[in-house]
Amino acid sequence: MTDLLSAPLFDTAPIAERLRNALPTDVDYASARLFDERSEHLSVRQNNLEPIFNEFDTGAMISIWNDGGLGYAATADLSSAGLAKAVERARHWAGVTAGHMVGGQSQGAAAIAPPPHHPTGTYTSPVEVGWDSMPLDDRLELLHQQSRLLGIDDRIVDWAARLTRRSVDTLLVTTGKDGERGEVQQRFEFVYPGMRATANEGVNTQTRTFGANAFRGQGGAEVLGRYGFGDAASRIADEALELLTAPNCPSGVMDILLAPDQMVLQIHESIGHPLELDRILGDERNYAGTSFVTPDMFGSFRYGSDLLNVTFDPTVPGQLASYGFDDDGSPATKQHLIESGILQRGLGGAVSQQRSGLQGVSNSRAASWNRPPIDRMANLNVEPGDSTIEELVASIEDGVYMHTNNSWSIDDSRNKFQFNCEYGQRIENGEVVGAVRNPGYRGISRNFWTNLTGVADTDSFTVMGTPNCGKGELNQMIGTGHASPACKFSDIEVFGGES
Amino acid sequence: MSSITATQASASTERQAYFDELVTSATATLQGDEVLLANLAGEATDFIRLNNNDVRQAGSVDQQKLSVDLIEGQRHVGGTINLTGDRSMDDARVTALLTTLRDQRRLVPEDPYLLYNTEPSSTNNVKTGDIPTPDAALADIRTAGQGKDLVGIYASGDTFHGFANSLGQRNWFQSSTFNLDWCFYLQADKAAKNLYAGFDWNDDAFASKIDWSSQQLTALARDPKVLDPGDYRTYLAPRAMEEVMSLLSYYGAFGRRAHETKQTPFLKMLAGDATLSEKVSISENTAGGVAPNFQSSGFIRPDAVQLIVDGKLNDTLVSPRSAQEYGVATNGAHGGEYPESMAIAPGTIPTSGVAEALDTGLFVGNLWYTNFSDLSACRTTGMTRFATFWIDSGEIVAPVSVLRFDDTAFNMLGDRLEGLTDTAEVLLDPSTYMERSTASARLPGALLSDMRFVL
Repeated sequence: MTDLLSAPLFDTAPIAERLRNALPTDVDYASARLFDERSEHLSVRQNNLEPIFNEFDTGAMISIWNDGGLGYAATADLSSAGLAKAVERARHWAGVTAGHMVGGQSQGAAAIAPPPHHPTGTYTSPVEVGWDSMPLDDRLELLHQQSRLLGIDDRIVDWAARLTRRSVDTLLVTTGKDGERGEVQQRFEFVYPGMRATANEGVNTQTRTFGANAFRGQGGAEVLGRYGFGDAASRIADEALELLTAPNCPSGVMDILLAPDQMVLQIHESIGHPLELDRILGDERNYAGTSFVTPDMFGSFRYGSDLLNVTFDPTVPGQLASYGFDDDGSPATKQHLIESGILQRGLGGAVSQQRSGLQGVSNSRAASWNRPPIDRMANLNVEPGDSTIEELVASIEDGVYMHTNNSWSIDDSRNKFQFNCEYGQRIENGEVVGAVRNPGYRGISRNFWTNLTGVADTDSFTVMGTPNCGKGELNQMIGTGHASPACKFSDIEVFGGES
Repeated sequence: MSSITATQASASTERQAYFDELVTSATATLQGDEVLLANLAGEATDFIRLNNNDVRQAGSVDQQKLSVDLIEGQRHVGGTINLTGDRSMDDARVTALLTTLRDQRRLVPEDPYLLYNTEPSSTNNVKTGDIPTPDAALADIRTAGQGKDLVGIYASGDTFHGFANSLGQRNWFQSSTFNLDWCFYLQADKAAKNLYAGFDWNDDAFASKIDWSSQQLTALARDPKVLDPGDYRTYLAPRAMEEVMSLLSYYGAFGRRAHETKQTPFLKMLAGDATLSEKVSISENTAGGVAPNFQSSGFIRPDAVQLIVDGKLNDTLVSPRSAQEYGVATNGAHGGEYPESMAIAPGTIPTSGVAEALDTGLFVGNLWYTNFSDLSACRTTGMTRFATFWIDSGEIVAPVSVLRFDDTAFNMLGDRLEGLTDTAEVLLDPSTYMERSTASARLPGALLSDMRFVL
């Protein structure tokens, strides 16, 4: 076995061949999905380096479809013996579940068929500036520099600058009775910069962050410049202090302008999750919930105003959830989910498409080697419009411009939601007149998007993501991408914090 | 000892021995005055996911993660790898990891907040369980769900944790458990949720849970009541309390660092501007829970830490780093400084008489997706979910369509708290993010004179 810490497994071990040799060929379909991650987590808090942490996570999941049954077994033992043991376990589960699987387009229909293809292909994250061009001591110095810029006032009681880099290689190998073979190799490079400043006076504590973890993506060191990591610390510290003396956000029904780093959560919670086909099929009802969206709505339901155009797009260079193939091997393509406000298509991979009879996308994803793939968001984006930010502000007589999510809550059908943001700006008669603290708003997804009355242009369009979407039984945390411009919504219930 | 439990005990012994040998080998490679801390977290679990009483996905996960901290003086760097179970492969991986950490450590300064246990205190805790085979469990569950829309997940197997250091300390914990987390769905958002979890499967106990859920379905079938936003007299069942307490815990209600940096939702309590009701006493009850009693720096946790006593702040969870940073003693908390074995002392409202005590108002069986609408003020929001009923004169009248609440914990557990039930329900955490959770809570239900619902 190679030294997995010094180089990716692909490059130094005949792993594809070992996986393929382990797979049985006397079953309808078999796959081995390898996941190999090397990560480094750096953090400087209050000008002190916190312990560096390195993560090396490698394992494989064997999945076997046979005679209407499906089973999986996940193992970190990638020796021939370890893989053989996992194959037998997966085969056992396929036998146990045959005849008892959730069915096809209607209950009582034939069990789900295995994937119809043996995919082949590759994907590699686009990298402009290799990570190795920034040695560890340079990375540490960058964080120390940002930390010094954050902790600038005695009222700033806590502050930190963080940097995580993840390299993830995946390999999907497939075989079956048909004698065909597939192999998909994908290599991902992720960079997650972060920082925060917390200010306090008495019982008033305010925190500002670097996009609340939304500013992250695929690439190398250029990701830092993409999001302005080197220029944000002073603004973050200043705004945390500003919020201490800012008035409370007013309450009432008014317009809101949501910055891209709040649109991330609005899109995620009230478009992404409701459109997941496995939720619509009832799989998540014990945990993450269902959806107000029903199958008959696709193709006709008015989800939002004419200004709303939403795409599933795993082809955006550098976005967090871009890939070439999902974890069932379906090739990734861009699809419109909502066009001019009308719901077109759901977020469901090959299995959900079979079960529902609905069109979907290539979004069957697993968080790691030890979790089976399920329907997940990947990159879910609101397409830019034609208005400038200045035009949108000028159009608001009474409203709040809200930046950076810091709280999110929604019901189990993805309808009644409530969000809070870190930083608000009061808009009166078309002008920003000052900061407000604790801005929040609530609404109902089914109506909210029809109140979309302005979409900013490409100048504010920001490609972002969120690292911690939780769903599934077994539970899985995965990153999703969300790109959006600033957006204006009218007649929204707005509130502030406790006075 | 049955053959099942004998197998579990034998597996535990083998895993423990393997971990011990690995760390002993690694210790032999240490250079100079290096100190090694090693933590093992693993499981061998079978999972069955169900929808409409059929199988959605079923399989097994075997994993062992070894995390190490390599220390020289006050400088240290950490890392984690998977173990394969093959000794030569794992020795090679550990050696490679230590080499990487040594290289990085040359670049790091002394850590002023490094603290680890230097007085070895070894423990061994193995809890076996009489668990059915997954095949048998699947058959029993599907039989119980016949004719019903059963959705949920069954997990069973061994979870194990170990600590070892180069100073000779060895701590081991293994538990063999099952956890069935499920709903019977009626329609739309109407469902009866239940949990059957423990060490020893008992057919009668399972049947009793199924009966309870079936009865809930009958009540859920009545015409729903839609309530307008407003303040309502409310009973929060233990599972609903768990949502509120988890939110408070995770965001620093009980953590030392959050208190010191004014980021705790209990900020007003710290400032003397608020208290909880004197009926509320909260502890981190490690002795009464199912989590390991040791933490990643080798400190042994006390049996209990009294966090809130009679409504007032009494103590916090202090990790070793916080102990060094703030000049206090550690009480064995992990780095997140939130409870893993929370217990709220029961009160005096008879658990069997909750409906009568409520009289007229909302019975909230579960809450969902709680978060803060103003963290500094401890103002929380979330949704009702599953079995929420309107009670009139002590009788169930109708299920209630989902409602959003937005209220402060200082109200809910403060002057609006009329009382707690006289028994605390044991709730084992079914979470499986990255690994099966060993957290638990012992919580009573809470009767509130009113609670604010906003949508």
